[in-house]
Amino acid sequence: MDMNSPQQRFGRTELRVPLSEADFALVGAIQGGLPLVPRPFAQLAAQTGESEEAVIGRLRSLLERGVIKRMGAVVRHRELGYGANAMVVWDVPDDQVGELGRCLSRFEFITLCYRRPRQGAEWPYNLFCMIHGRDREAVEGKVRQLVQCCRLESIPHALLFSRRRFKQRGARYHDAAQRETVIS
Amino acid sequence: MNAASARATAIGLDTLDRRIVNRLQDGFPVSERPYAAVAAELGTDEATLIARLQALLDAGILSRFGPMYHAERLGGGLTLAAMAVAPADFERVAGQVNAFPEVAHNYARDHELNMWFVLATETPRRIAAVIREIERVTGYAVYNMPKKEEFFVGLKFTV
Repeated sequence: MDMNSPQQRFGRTELRVPLSEADFALVGAIQGGLPLVPRPFAQLAAQTGESEEAVIGRLRSLLERGVIKRMGAVVRHRELGYGANAMVVWDVPDDQVGELGRCLSRFEFITLCYRRPRQGAEWPYNLFCMIHGRDREAVEGKVRQLVQCCRLESIPHALLFSRRRFKQRGARYHDAAQRETVIS
Repeated sequence: MNAASARATAIGLDTLDRRIVNRLQDGFPVSERPYAAVAAELGTDEATLIARLQALLDAGILSRFGPMYHAERLGGGLTLAAMAVAPADFERVAGQVNAFPEVAHNYARDHELNMWFVLATETPRRIAAVIREIERVTGYAVYNMPKKEEFFVGLKFTV
């Protein structure tokens, strides 16, 4: 799949995928990260009581079904010189959200792009994207580029720079896995 | 060399480290010897790749290495929420909000809505209960902004 092509995923994303007890056991075993040993799936297999081959098959299936979005590394962007991040929000007429969302998501510096509900007069914005850059000026320059390229001159927008990061962790699903196992 | 690669060099990452960081954001094979396969692509060996990866995690350059789950497909609930907190209350409220295990991350942002956090719950139904509890504990209204549509982007920081 071309990771840079804009792709609307609405519809598929809302569906809960039915998972087996063994699927949840593997999700629980791997949630702290992939073991850093030559045969990581053999180590996970030893934890879940399956064969290495079964664990590999199960993980491939979870990837195919989209339960795992991808395997790989998550970078702490701040530590790597992306010192500024802004949530940039737009008040887009409802019938233009799809078109503008696709236009924004085409830019490599946009790292997330979602339509979200407005919150009345206090918060009129309905299209959200994240932009990371070296500093504020870099991020502001990118927003000007977006306005120009996606013809957003008449669309009200706001930049919410982050002041402080209080907490950052991956969401953890082990408890969910336990509960679901009990229910199913 | 872009700003990020200059920064990466400044904090002691060499060319191999940077290639590892870039390559591992593009996915990882699910096969018997995945580290050996990626090491071969990068022109290094399995033991070196594993050692470098451990060092990048230890140094906090990488926050995670493994699967990224799709919360909703896993049966979980996920939302973005915001609050407009008075400056004098900010530290207290931040502490109270961060104490919830369902709060995945939390940023102070410069707007009247000045506290923005992500909630990840075991089930979609739990979102409303956690929001009510945060409102009760903090005394502030929580604005709930779940995603309605996702426009797909490739999340990658090149260094």
